[in-house]
Amino acid sequence: MLKIENLEASIEGKKILKGINLEVKKGEVHAIMGPNGSGKSTLASVLAGREEYEVENGSVEYLGDDLLELSPEDRARAGVFLAFQYPVEIPGVSSTNFLKTAINEVRQYRGQEPLDAVSFLTHLKDKMKLVDIDQSLLSRPLNEGFSGGEKKRNEIFQMAVLEPRLSILDETDSGLDIDALKVVSNGVNQLKSSENATIVVTHYQRLLEYIVPDYVHVLYNGQIVKSGDKSLALELEEKGYDWIKGGSEVTA
Amino acid sequence: MDISTDMHSLKQEADIYLEKHGLPDRKDEEYKYTPLSKLIEKEFDSVVETVDSLASGKIEKIIPGWKANRLVFINGQYRDDLSVIVDESGLVIERLDNSDQISQKEIEQYLGQLAEPTSDPFVALNTSAMTSGTVSKVEKGSVIEHPVHLMFISDSSQGKAKSQYRNLFIVGENAQVNFVESFHTIGDEISLSNSVTEIVVSKNSVTNYYKLQIENDGEVHVGTSSIKQLDTCVFNAATITLGGKMIRNNLNITMESERCEANLNGLYLVTGKSHVDNHTAVDHKYPNCNSNELYKGVLDENATGVFNGKIYVRPQAQQTNAFQSNKNILLSDSATINTKPQLEIWADDVKCSHGCTTGQLDDEQIFYLRSRGISKEKARALVLYAFAMEVIDNIKIEGLREYLDERIAERLG
Repeated sequence: MLKIENLEASIEGKKILKGINLEVKKGEVHAIMGPNGSGKSTLASVLAGREEYEVENGSVEYLGDDLLELSPEDRARAGVFLAFQYPVEIPGVSSTNFLKTAINEVRQYRGQEPLDAVSFLTHLKDKMKLVDIDQSLLSRPLNEGFSGGEKKRNEIFQMAVLEPRLSILDETDSGLDIDALKVVSNGVNQLKSSENATIVVTHYQRLLEYIVPDYVHVLYNGQIVKSGDKSLALELEEKGYDWIKGGSEVTA
Repeated sequence: MDISTDMHSLKQEADIYLEKHGLPDRKDEEYKYTPLSKLIEKEFDSVVETVDSLASGKIEKIIPGWKANRLVFINGQYRDDLSVIVDESGLVIERLDNSDQISQKEIEQYLGQLAEPTSDPFVALNTSAMTSGTVSKVEKGSVIEHPVHLMFISDSSQGKAKSQYRNLFIVGENAQVNFVESFHTIGDEISLSNSVTEIVVSKNSVTNYYKLQIENDGEVHVGTSSIKQLDTCVFNAATITLGGKMIRNNLNITMESERCEANLNGLYLVTGKSHVDNHTAVDHKYPNCNSNELYKGVLDENATGVFNGKIYVRPQAQQTNAFQSNKNILLSDSATINTKPQLEIWADDVKCSHGCTTGQLDDEQIFYLRSRGISKEKARALVLYAFAMEVIDNIKIEGLREYLDERIAERLG
């Protein structure tokens, strides 16, 4: 589904990603872990098409297409979804209107008819249950005045509504209490299928207790320095990132 | 209207003022950013004032669908065939040059008293002419169902057009009414309109006043609306500008009693070479009054905007609440805005604040929307539409709100 080869990217002349190689097949869950500043969020941003990052080298193939050639909206329409670390507040734009516009643009791209009002609302109600969000949220302006937990749940709700093929969760656990974390993880797990894939970007192992990865990769200084199965996450939790950084001394 | 002695002296006063001061030049602080005089001298020096309009087929098209007591003027001339009055009781609308039910004495009590000829050179110019316009009166205790809508159309299809309008609205005690003034253009040539509107708002009444500049690309407009809140009452205003060559709107509100409330809203959404200048002044003369002001602008291409908001709080006007906010989005590097809050506060127990922001579209917001599959163009339109709707949502006439909503959505694509 996704094949990243030797990806190098920079922002404002500063190189952040220094040769990433990663392959994600459908049905898989990959976790990308690493200390602050290692390039985790940059990788998520580059995949979603954030324009301030410059790709200097390498390639990203997604479902047979060159992902880097696509605009952010076309990536989304082709099924790439980024759950933001910091969801953006958009005053005055109602959540319902936003979702309707988004879903119909995605459908149009896929050659489907726009959803009528009834089917749209039914679709929303189905998905709301997944992340346990209140209907009143739909009439509020998008993310405006939402609590941290509401914002994160709203991200997963949008993910459920748009039914992506490849979901990238960028530090979705940051700032969540344990109850919200369970709700969010539960939503993600229910959306998992043999046809889609998930990349979970996180600093902590905690989230991976609920969203169990097939693979864990450790990103450090712009490169994946270690890959393994879920036990790697536990090892990191125990030993800390210095174990990766220094390669010699262990301080936990 | 017979020229009475009072009216005559008013005109004389205006003429003397004009002779002495002329139209304002760039050195005039009030017109520093809006060089109307230069443009008027260049373009309108030899234009005859009332050119007959022939573009009748086009006029029906611009008359909006929402129901109103509607009076239509084209190039200064009243068009009975296009006008309609639907509310018969409690409301009198007459032409300024043909008033009958509203007494001369009552007109003279207010005309030229709210917008004094010597207060502004364009008011003087308007007073000196005083040829075309309306007088409306809402009787005590009357709630007028449909808005009073004055449509002023400049038809330049036969050549440059120039017109002046003078309107007086008298709102009685306990009455409730909506006034709308809209300015439109037909034809490819440039046109000029100079309007003065005086609104008297009486005790316990609620008056909504909307001034619209919607389909007016070739228009040079200067207008002054002066409002006097006589006693405890509410006055809401919105000034909406979606086009125009050079537009200057003066909105002056004087509170003549305790417990008056005024809400001033403005939206200018312009592109090309449009220039829009909004000057507002709220004069708090008595205690316990509130004023709330929100002006928002979106400027694209080479458009320029000016916002000047004056708030006066006189020494005895304690417990005044006066808030002002001006927010602008510049969509291009060559669009500009000059914004100037001017608060003069002499009382010491008041809550007053002002704020202005000017920025570009928020890239983060646009990226967020695009990352959900929404095109860049649509994302921009969604964000700008929401920005504009904060002003439109305050408009109390449903039909007008929908009408503006459609036009704004259309404009933003």
